[in-house]
Amino acid sequence: MLYFVLRRIGVMVLTAIALTFIVFYMTNLPPNLEKLAKSEASVRMADDAVASWLENNGYGGPVLVRYGEWLGVMPGWTREGEDGTLRGRCIANGTDPATAPRFCGILQGNWGFSTVFKQPVTEVLARSLGATGWLMLWVMIVMVPSSLLLGVLSGMREGSRTDRVLSTFAITTTATPEYVSGVILIALLASATAGISPILAEAGWISGKTLFPGTATSAMDDITFWNFFLPVMTIALYGIGYIARMTRASMTEVMTQQYIRTARLKGVSFRQVVMKHALRNALIAPFTVIMLQFPWLLNGVVIVETLFNYKGFGWTLVQAAGNNDIDTLLACSVVAVFVVLVTQLISDIGYVFLNPRIRLA
Amino acid sequence: MSEPWDPSKPILEIENLSISFFTRLREIPAVMDFSCTVMAGEAMGLVGESGCGKSTVALAVMRDLGKNGRITGGSIRFKGRDLTLMSEEELRHIRGSEIAMIYQEPMASLNPAMKIGAQLAEVPMIHQGMSRDEAWKLARQIVADVRLPDPDRIVNAYPHQLSGGQQQRIVIAMALMSKPALLILDEPTTALDVTVEAGIVDLVKDLGEKYGTSMLFISHNLGLVLDVCDRLCVMYSGEAVETGNVEEVFDKMRHPYTQALFRSIPLPGADKNARPLVAIPGNFPLPHERPQGCNFGPRCSYFVEGRCNAQDIPMVAVPDGHRHETRCLRSTEIDWSTPPAAGKVTEKAEIGRVVLKLDDLKKYYSVGTSAFGGGMQKVVKANETLSFEAREGETLAIVGESGCGKSTFAKVLMGLETATSGQIMLFDENVQSTPIQMRGTDTISKLQMVFQNPFDTLNPSMTVGRQIIRALEIFDYGNSDAERHARMLELLDLVKLPRAFADRMPRQLSGGQKQRVGIARAFAGGAKVVVADEPVSALDVSVQAAVTDLLMDIQRKNKTTLLFISHDLSIVRYLSDRVMVMYLGHVVEMGTTDQVFAPPYHPYTEALLSAVPIADTRVQKSRIVLEGDIPSAVNPPPGCPFQTRCRWKAQVAGGLCEKEVPPVRMLEGGHQIKCHLPDAVLASMEPVIKIAAE
Repeated sequence: MLYFVLRRIGVMVLTAIALTFIVFYMTNLPPNLEKLAKSEASVRMADDAVASWLENNGYGGPVLVRYGEWLGVMPGWTREGEDGTLRGRCIANGTDPATAPRFCGILQGNWGFSTVFKQPVTEVLARSLGATGWLMLWVMIVMVPSSLLLGVLSGMREGSRTDRVLSTFAITTTATPEYVSGVILIALLASATAGISPILAEAGWISGKTLFPGTATSAMDDITFWNFFLPVMTIALYGIGYIARMTRASMTEVMTQQYIRTARLKGVSFRQVVMKHALRNALIAPFTVIMLQFPWLLNGVVIVETLFNYKGFGWTLVQAAGNNDIDTLLACSVVAVFVVLVTQLISDIGYVFLNPRIRLA
Repeated sequence: MSEPWDPSKPILEIENLSISFFTRLREIPAVMDFSCTVMAGEAMGLVGESGCGKSTVALAVMRDLGKNGRITGGSIRFKGRDLTLMSEEELRHIRGSEIAMIYQEPMASLNPAMKIGAQLAEVPMIHQGMSRDEAWKLARQIVADVRLPDPDRIVNAYPHQLSGGQQQRIVIAMALMSKPALLILDEPTTALDVTVEAGIVDLVKDLGEKYGTSMLFISHNLGLVLDVCDRLCVMYSGEAVETGNVEEVFDKMRHPYTQALFRSIPLPGADKNARPLVAIPGNFPLPHERPQGCNFGPRCSYFVEGRCNAQDIPMVAVPDGHRHETRCLRSTEIDWSTPPAAGKVTEKAEIGRVVLKLDDLKKYYSVGTSAFGGGMQKVVKANETLSFEAREGETLAIVGESGCGKSTFAKVLMGLETATSGQIMLFDENVQSTPIQMRGTDTISKLQMVFQNPFDTLNPSMTVGRQIIRALEIFDYGNSDAERHARMLELLDLVKLPRAFADRMPRQLSGGQKQRVGIARAFAGGAKVVVADEPVSALDVSVQAAVTDLLMDIQRKNKTTLLFISHDLSIVRYLSDRVMVMYLGHVVEMGTTDQVFAPPYHPYTEALLSAVPIADTRVQKSRIVLEGDIPSAVNPPPGCPFQTRCRWKAQVAGGLCEKEVPPVRMLEGGHQIKCHLPDAVLASMEPVIKIAAE
């Protein structure tokens, strides 16, 4: 087991290195850097000025070396300025160059400085990840139980009326991407002119103009049912349908197994057959899907956070990408890789506990 | 729960039961007008070929016919109460507590994610409201009752950690947890090896006596039914055709189908040349294509036009019989004692030169112990020092239970694997280390294989003719498509299929017909050596006889060498010239059929012979039940591979069996035995199968 985990972690590190290098290479393409130079220094810079600015600020040299510096395995760059002061990657403004460390990459905890937010990347990330964490938590709390319930209910009697109704619902929600369902939800519940809000307002049942607010910005400080319902539902609906479909398929298959017949003919009641005999076997497949859903959530939050103006990880990513904020983008990709790989590791280990036939050596 | 019930009344009374399955197209009657009674403590056998409705009857008793099945008429009374009228809730109380069922596939019928103990303990917890601890204690005791070693370990194990035989014992234990009055066994041993089967059958019989349980025993194996049951009901195409005491039905059958069935199974005394089997002509009718009148009419040799197909045939009592009934209008007219019309007697095929010679062949696999690489490398010795030769026109049977290495040997011979060491001489060519991709077309077409499962070995999206032509193309036969087409039609003639079948798809063929196509394909390139890997074990008995006959016919014509891999000793005895018995990769005995089937035996052969159920009341067998399971080939026992289960071990001085692999000993007439037993002991062995004087 330990060996397996170690191997997995090894693979994780390799994947992370490969992926971040790709992101690093793409964000450090010459046109990007030129844009960066112009936005940082002056928009009206001439081409040779751009080149010298890049050279002076450590964007020259081979990509691999710069990647190594960013990672913290190569010594940070240093330049002697025109005024004779030593500037460098690892030398913060106004500190003595002599005390500065040689290496300062992410391995040393130096994630860089965000050009958009004018803050160290670590601070930006911590704030946005915290916000997204709350969002994700609530999505999971809503999504997992309800989708499993839907899946099990529709899968335990295949072809019944319950099954058809629930399956229709699941297919509909999973066929609707977040940017569609988000807009529909807003139009339906959070618009002063469309949907049910005008009707409710007219009847005097709600005090404001809309049932739900159209943004979730206030949830940054204080999460309430009202300001969080729409973003959570937008993400969760898609996942509910998807996981419910998976659970249903797995459940219908399990219900036709011979050991279910054995249990039934032992005199076990239908309820107990489902709870004790079918459920654990049926959850093996959806478990992996739920774990795969975590990285997918990262994807969903990009849209939803932008849509509802919720300043979490997705919103930050969009801002960083839109404003050519290389350090923030890189840090985001590291986080994404980490989340994907860790959830996969958890899913593999959890699989072993659900399925006694698989034992890891 | 248990109401007063008179034990002299039948436990189970099925009257005029009819069951249909409803599909979108039509209603398919699966069982029609079926009646039978099971008395307390009685074992009732239900016998018939696949599709005859025997399992449907069992599921109807459990009232578990699924969504499409429905009981359309008749009644099933259990202890006087009609099961067909019961509510789900009432049924639930009876299922598992009063009627229990044992299934064909033990692995599939145990929950893979629950511990054995939990699955067993559940039964008394539901039905008797027993506490968890007590139920587990009872589970442990019943596990010991079904003679499983180390019950404490087993109740805490998961199903996949047990062998097939052990799993079946657990299923039996589960059925016995609440001492049911009726036990339904649906082909309980079909998926198991013969020696394991013998143990299970013994156990079922003993437990039946111990607890006084009535049994409904479903099987296609007449020999097993003779072993286990008191009474018997033969089914054909959804109807009971004959029912009575086992001895009466076996010795004085009064229905043409029962008779035909017995004539198509190889009993001791049958011989492929002098007394060939009589296959039942024609095919089993599909449920929606049943003929009018007697269902068996079109295949019956006593059929009378205008009588047998005029009306529905009722069950009638056989005069002088003891609760013996038959569904035949002519039961009193037919002279049942006439021997079967002598089949065509054929000359014994001449045995020619050596075509295949194996010398000290070894095949080892190395397996990693962990699923993710690393760990210890272990060696599985699948074949150990295999040496033998096969001659032209000869049938050499390779016999052994699963895991004995017979399939590995076939793979190495065919070139799907290469040998670890040793030699295989095919004609004049060394092929032991030539994988099939490297072999010449000539070698490949000379050495072909007939596979076990005809259902999976034909391409479902290619016509029969096309598949055979494809084989011809691969074997470089003929110069033009027309020539190959002509040859394909000839091949269909050879395997006695109508030429019109060339345009059919495999799904339109029955199992026997598919196997014929498989044989035609194997012989397409004029194969000289054919490996037949259990070619008839997936087929029904009446079809088996026809397919075996066909193989023999072609062999005589083409002087083919047939390597017949099988676990069915009856059929091996019937058709092979020489027999090779394998155990854990070793050849433990080899000789002519007569030598192997008569003493002196290798102890394993002895046990194997005694385990085979024989459907003949005249046969007396000494019962030798092997203890335990076949050891794993990854971790074989030291010394003689069979020593862990051998009952003769004590006769060898000095514990030699545990120390040394016995040498191959030559007895009279080229009979080889791999055993340490002294000559005197070997000579004193009694024959296992004796036929009582008539």
